[in-house]
Amino acid sequence: MYETNYHRAGSVDEAAKLMDSAESGKFVAGGQTLIPTMKQRLAAPDSLIDLRHIADLKGISVNGKDVRIGAGTTHYEVASSADLAAVCPGITSLAGHIGDPHVRHMGTIGGSIANNDPAADYPSAMLALGATIHTSKRDIAAADFFTGMFETALEDDEIVTAVSFTAPDACAYSKFPNPASRYAMAGVFVAKGGDGVRVAVTGAGMDGVFRWEAAEQALGSNFSAGALDGLSVDAGDMLSDIHGTAEYRANLVKVMAKRAVAAA
Amino acid sequence: MGIEGIGARVARKEDKRFITGKGRYTDDMVVAGMKHAAFVRSPHAHAAIKGINTDAAAKMPGVIAVLTGDELAADGIGSLICGWMIHSKDGSPMNMGDWRPLAQTKVRYVGDAVAIVVAETKNQARDAAEAVEVDYEQLPAVTEAVAALKDGAPQIHDNAPGNLIYDWEIGDGAAADEAISNAAHVTRVEILNNRLVPNAMEPRATLGQYDEAEDHYTCWTTSQNPHVARLVMSAFYSVAPENKLRVIAPDVGGGFGSKIYIYPEEIVCLWASKKTGVPVKWVADRTESFLTDAHGRDHVTTVEMAFDADNRMTGLKVDTIANLGAYMSLFSSAVPTYLYATLLSGQYTIPAIHCNVRTVYTNTAPVDAYRGAGRPEATYLLERTVETAARELGVSPAELRRKNFIREFPYQTPVIMNYDAGDYEASLNAAMKTADYAGFPARKAEAEKRGKKRGIGMSCYIEACGIAPSQAVGSLGAGVGLWESAEVRVNAVGTVEVLTGSHSHGQGHETTFAQLVADRFGVPLDSVSIVHGDTDKVQMGMGTYGSRSGAVGMSAIVKALDKVEKKAKMIAAHLLEADETDIVIENGQVKVAGTDKALGWHEVALNAYTAHNLPAGMEPGLKEGAFYDPSNFTFPAGCYICEVEVDPDTGKTEIVQFVAADDFGNIINPMIVEGQVHGGIGQGIGQALLEGTSYDPETGQLLTASYMDYTMPRADDVPSYKVSHTVTPCPSNPLGIKGCGEAGAIGSPPAVINAITDAIGNNNLTMPATPQKVWKAMHG
Ligand SMILES: Cc1cc2nc3c(=O)[nH]c(=O)nc-3n(C[C@H](O)[C@H](O)[C@H](O)COP(=O)(O)OP(=O)(O)OC[C@H]3O[C@@H](n4cnc5c(N)ncnc54)[C@H](O)[C@@H]3O)c2cc1C
Repeated sequence: MYETNYHRAGSVDEAAKLMDSAESGKFVAGGQTLIPTMKQRLAAPDSLIDLRHIADLKGISVNGKDVRIGAGTTHYEVASSADLAAVCPGITSLAGHIGDPHVRHMGTIGGSIANNDPAADYPSAMLALGATIHTSKRDIAAADFFTGMFETALEDDEIVTAVSFTAPDACAYSKFPNPASRYAMAGVFVAKGGDGVRVAVTGAGMDGVFRWEAAEQALGSNFSAGALDGLSVDAGDMLSDIHGTAEYRANLVKVMAKRAVAAA
Repeated sequence: MGIEGIGARVARKEDKRFITGKGRYTDDMVVAGMKHAAFVRSPHAHAAIKGINTDAAAKMPGVIAVLTGDELAADGIGSLICGWMIHSKDGSPMNMGDWRPLAQTKVRYVGDAVAIVVAETKNQARDAAEAVEVDYEQLPAVTEAVAALKDGAPQIHDNAPGNLIYDWEIGDGAAADEAISNAAHVTRVEILNNRLVPNAMEPRATLGQYDEAEDHYTCWTTSQNPHVARLVMSAFYSVAPENKLRVIAPDVGGGFGSKIYIYPEEIVCLWASKKTGVPVKWVADRTESFLTDAHGRDHVTTVEMAFDADNRMTGLKVDTIANLGAYMSLFSSAVPTYLYATLLSGQYTIPAIHCNVRTVYTNTAPVDAYRGAGRPEATYLLERTVETAARELGVSPAELRRKNFIREFPYQTPVIMNYDAGDYEASLNAAMKTADYAGFPARKAEAEKRGKKRGIGMSCYIEACGIAPSQAVGSLGAGVGLWESAEVRVNAVGTVEVLTGSHSHGQGHETTFAQLVADRFGVPLDSVSIVHGDTDKVQMGMGTYGSRSGAVGMSAIVKALDKVEKKAKMIAAHLLEADETDIVIENGQVKVAGTDKALGWHEVALNAYTAHNLPAGMEPGLKEGAFYDPSNFTFPAGCYICEVEVDPDTGKTEIVQFVAADDFGNIINPMIVEGQVHGGIGQGIGQALLEGTSYDPETGQLLTASYMDYTMPRADDVPSYKVSHTVTPCPSNPLGIKGCGEAGAIGSPPAVINAITDAIGNNNLTMPATPQKVWKAMHG
């Protein structure tokens, strides 16, 4: 790791100010992505601004179907929230399958979506749930937030403060983990709500998380795994690497989508 | 057996320190004035070095020195060697390319060391290492052995034309050809044995300290064989003469072969310590481990197996190309030859066998012994071929094996090895019974209802441990003898220290070896200490690899115990005024048999040291040493059965049952032996399902250089194993033991692949059988 300076922010405002005064600052939340990257000398921020001690970023609130999750909430806290499981079991089960216990106790939802790893799990849930991403500056619809691999609408000094969404009538997440990293090779979040069905896919697409619209239409009229039988995603839009070819990922997307529908 | 003696399931004495984080590893060593090193490593797979500019790096904060290969060479430090001479079939010696500890003119793989930076802190050393400017002229690279042999492939070492290291053969080619042409059936199989990264939990590390006043060096290092390290560093690398070099391998967190070898870093840190006047420590990070630890396996092989009309094996022909990487590591030449092709008879009577092996340089990390070393490659090809033959012949795989088993011992194979004892049918039967082999069709039908493809596969392995009779290996090209040494030191109060040349890096020697002493003298386990891993303490040693610590290391201890026992009995006979032949040692008492005349063990020990009343002419003390040189290899063997369920939608394999029935001869601590089997099978399953080392064939970059891309087996990837033992004692050593450290990794991969190919009905599958590959094999 290169030398860096550590700052502990007490509030969102203070964090933003610290960032503005840093030469090349980085926010750090759970550190589960940023710290390994720094250890490998692939990132060299001169300042680390720690968000973990900001009370405003913490906690889960569930009012009827209205859900709000603070950006600093850990994967473990999401996975183990009974209130959340009662209205949106898809997201608690998703969080419970991220990484390993160490990662889940440190990593946060805000860090995960801000990072927008193309194989991360949460982005699919945000898209499928039609979530709103709240930041220190504005509210952004999930559809506008994720802009490409490791790309988001966030500005450098903009802090994700929370996500919110209306719990769907039914939802589930099905993930085929990469055998090595156990991030998603294909993860599909399916949510059925008043405004129809949303199917969001992570891990497989060449441009990061995406919605599978043909599947949404088919499921809109017939919400059953069988409705996807004749469909497929275009392998030309899928990632290809040493772990899985585009064809294999296209297959996984369909299989995981069917499993998510069956589980929802 | 007593509760702590031979055969007892004694909990491991060493585990307290390991599981409470109190182990003392090389990185835990701190000496006064110690500084930290980082290596400048090649980012290219193949490049000429046009110049190295260290000026900027030398001026960085905290930097003490930046040293290069030219300075190392100027101080007379030698090149790394391969210690086993193999001759090609035309009689010419192997083409060993020069391996400089710090590359001077050329780099040959990504990670090749070019310079060392010594600085106040590790991060300062790393920062400065990045500032060393190396002017590289990139050259085309080749990473695969078959490609490296092709015309026009990049030439890696000048003295190895066409990248060929040797072209070696064993057995009778004409006889094998004849068997094939006369065969009623010939099974032909192409085999890829995937390259593996060893991934010891503790990365390699070293601390070199030069003491100017004494002109003496101390090297702490992550070694499986500190005496061998000392010998090689002094005799071949001219670091220091043996009497001025102490090598200490303290707690070592796993080796699996990768810590047998002497790597550039030990040599360079010792030399740098003298050069800079400060002790120099280097600890690999995980990326360096992936890039520079010696890898394992990496064979491409074609097999032809001939059968007569009665399905008896009549001949076997094997042609192998083995990738040895960019340089010949210490034992690399022996692995694909004498540790491999000599096992090609397997458990079967095969009258004619021939194997040809070509080893090849490529622009990849050096390849050397990794858990099993040659024997997994032999077992994999044989057991895949036998299973394939059974499918082609339409007979039961178990019956085809049974029909061809060797049943009379000793059995001279056509490929050097002389099997001394075994009962292959016993392990086959035991495994089939435990696996409920007969019930498989019903289980398969039930799985089908759940939409899963269920398959069963077996593997009947044999391996050779206890390397090795020194004279025999000497005649085959080994540069060293492969005996072991032990000293048993009884203290005046009766406690016992055993100094052994074996080295424990996970095997549990501190417990198993102590059990031998407890069993012999009836002393509590707690009063026995095992001392290993320090050339200043332990007289001599050849170290731990090839499952030799039991068969060879413990046999040396037994010899020393015999001498101690004899002397103790002479002392007791003298004191008790009895005949020496009437003295027995039982439960810590040295007695006159059949009487109540007895001395405590500690009283005999005390008398040996007070020396007030010893038999006339006897030397004081109770301490004896012994060297043991084995008279043969040992031949552990067994049968593994694997049952899998494959998800046809994703290609994911789940191992639903894994049965191991091993014959390790006599067993000292069954719990430790089972642990070795579990670990070995875990690695075998890793090879079969998960671990695939991948280099970019164009650039030579290692694509699987972290756990994000290299799949290590995790707890939920492996099942709960059903492990059992059958016993035919080994006739060639005093304890009748064969060795158990590698069997799991040797026997399991073919069982797994045989099971998957059975499940999916397509025999065309290579390791690692990742979900994607299995899915493709199912769906085309
Ligand atoms: C071994 C391992 C396995 C993993 N497996 C998975 C997996 O299976 N699935 C998966 O989805 N993820 C996985 N992860 C990643 C994990 O989920 C991380 O927690 C997540 O990617 C980042 O969250 P973090 O809180 O740790 O963020 P950090 O690492 O602290 O930060 C990540 C990035 O987000 C920025 N950031 C953090 N918080 C905010 C904020 N509130 N506002 C704006 N920017 C912010 C940081 O500046 C940084 O650029 C794994 C990680 C590890 C180490």
